[in-house]
Amino acid sequence: MRQDQFILGVIVSNHFGVLTRVSGLFSRRGYNIDSLNVSETEDPKFSRMTIIVTGDDYIKNQIVKQLSKLRDVKKVELLPADATVLREHMLIKLDIKGHSISEITEAANIFRAKVIDFNADSVTIEMTGESSKLDAFIDYAKTFGIIELCRAGALAVKRGPGALNGEYNED
Amino acid sequence: MLLTGAEIIIETLIEQGCDTVFGYPGGFVLNIYDELYKNSDRIKHIITAHEQGAAHAADGYARATGKVGVVIATSGPGVTNLVTGIATAFLDSTPIVAITGNVPLSMLGRDSFQEVDSTGITMPITKHNYIVKDVKDLASIIREAFVVAKSGRPGPVLVDVPKDIQLAKCEFEPVGMLEAEPKRKVSDNFLSKCAALINASERPYIYCGGGVIAADASEEIKALSLKLGAPIGLSIMGLSSIPRDFPNWLGMMGMHGRYSSTKANYEADLIIALGVRFSDRATGDKNKFKRDAKIIHIDIDPAELNKNIDSTISSAGDIKNAVGRLLPLIEDKDRTPWQRRIDELRADEEKYAPQNVGRLTPQKIIAALQNCTSKDTIVVTDVGQHQMWTAQNYKLYKPRTLLTSGGLGTMGFGMGAAIGASVAKGKAQTVLVTGDGSFGMNLTELATAVSQNLPLRIVIMNNGVLGMVRQWQTLFFGKRYSNTTLNRKTDFVRLAKAFGAAGVRITDESELDSAMKKAFQTDGPVVIDCIIDMDENVYPMIPAGGSIEDIILN
Repeated sequence: MRQDQFILGVIVSNHFGVLTRVSGLFSRRGYNIDSLNVSETEDPKFSRMTIIVTGDDYIKNQIVKQLSKLRDVKKVELLPADATVLREHMLIKLDIKGHSISEITEAANIFRAKVIDFNADSVTIEMTGESSKLDAFIDYAKTFGIIELCRAGALAVKRGPGALNGEYNED
Repeated sequence: MLLTGAEIIIETLIEQGCDTVFGYPGGFVLNIYDELYKNSDRIKHIITAHEQGAAHAADGYARATGKVGVVIATSGPGVTNLVTGIATAFLDSTPIVAITGNVPLSMLGRDSFQEVDSTGITMPITKHNYIVKDVKDLASIIREAFVVAKSGRPGPVLVDVPKDIQLAKCEFEPVGMLEAEPKRKVSDNFLSKCAALINASERPYIYCGGGVIAADASEEIKALSLKLGAPIGLSIMGLSSIPRDFPNWLGMMGMHGRYSSTKANYEADLIIALGVRFSDRATGDKNKFKRDAKIIHIDIDPAELNKNIDSTISSAGDIKNAVGRLLPLIEDKDRTPWQRRIDELRADEEKYAPQNVGRLTPQKIIAALQNCTSKDTIVVTDVGQHQMWTAQNYKLYKPRTLLTSGGLGTMGFGMGAAIGASVAKGKAQTVLVTGDGSFGMNLTELATAVSQNLPLRIVIMNNGVLGMVRQWQTLFFGKRYSNTTLNRKTDFVRLAKAFGAAGVRITDESELDSAMKKAFQTDGPVVIDCIIDMDENVYPMIPAGGSIEDIILN
């Protein structure tokens, strides 16, 4: 996470069009989404979004308030970077022609990544971690040659027992 | 009882307090129109000449009455024609519900005849929108649409109903009219902080916007003003919230605001901003607007706080409730020097009043108009110079008597909105002040005014040019009048007659009063074509992004 990024946890109604409403709000107000992840929660009526945004305090403030105005948005919380567990997920397919398989499995082990597909010419690796770790592995993997890369947006929950809290207090 | 979707639409509209709808029939709303036919004794439908006119009419109806306005349109072009009307209502926070037809569910997404993505197109210009995919949800969605439209900060809502949903049947139980959601209230702690700032202030200035009208808070604010000895400045949307004869009235501030109002705002040490969003037309240069003055901001919409201007303290809540609770916390304080200064500014302003002896000026037209109207008359404007002349000069006494497109600045708003207001007000006369440019955009609605025999008085400030753009070209573009000199040969008097309306032309000051009076005695719509000079400009003017230092007075 860069200093100018922030993390939003958002609970929304789980029905069609909600993703468009949320992403449309960002684009029409000129805010940049760095990553967005959405999936159903334990209650199928709701989905949870984790959104990483670049912006200053003004944008941060406006995004929370504008999101709160959407009828389908049930809770919005800014997750504190220093008290939040943040994970990304990645599948990366590498060209291993001219390299030994042990070379790549060793590297995967160091990064605590898993080999999930493998043949004479390529290997596919699954990896979870903070963005910086994924970035570091991608950098290293360039020595092999990246055939394709698929990276999911960050998932985030606060540390400790509390759940997402959407209470808005204007004072 | 078992009803079809189309029947449910009519029943829920009536149930939610709607007695008049504006609209235009078409292929995918035929079933709804069939029910309107059968229920014409319970709900009135006004057919306009164009869906845009219907959307503005629903908006005008809502602005005039405070009720939710309703518009019905068919799919495809019906919906796209509503878009400007919906966006106008969105920017000015007017509660309207748009019901649109669409192709059957099975045909959606196939680029079927007259299909567009209605909810996709209107998403950024509605508070919320719905597409109904199950007839069982229809009644609850329409009810919710009314609640969303009128709750909190009001605004437009669209409900898209595919044709097969209009035909499908389901059980319907009436529930009665639903109230708006309870308004949030500011805290006691916030009000005591407000009181501390106010009690310490030597030069307080109250700045009211359209939110004051929506909150029905005029009486509380007048009481606050008298208690503080504070002048009241207004945004164009708040213009009718404070009566012109109220002693602390200073009128509109900002780009074309009154000198005294804008100047007093810059000299104040505390701005109490109520129901405003600090539009760039009102503030100009944000930094100079803020200076070192303290700002208290109260608005129903939390997203408006610190959006355009950083306030000293701000809170989201109902203004009527907040100001009512604030009053007892205000201490008596002598602010005679500030009141003297306000009187000086008022006197200065007289010096800048346009002289214009011997010709038909916009100011004289407005004065003649004022003589023919009452304090209850609703005045509607289009957008441009005539709008500013009306805002500056027409004296308003009651909330909801000026309907104008302040936020979106929609030329063509006037005819539809005036029809909506006139329908709402029945036999009372309604006035539209427009320009030849704006009128040209939606003059086909004259047909609607005639078919309904509405007592609508349409005053055209006819200068043969797009005056406001021309004014900018005069001042900032070296008098290069690109595409603003119209060279049209339209005869608005004969045009009025062709539509079946009355028409009169006024070219000279000497005939103004008698011609205006005569026009107001006409039964049904009348076009009053007033010929003015193309070089009449709107003053004062603060150029975009400027401050009081940049004001052009005449």
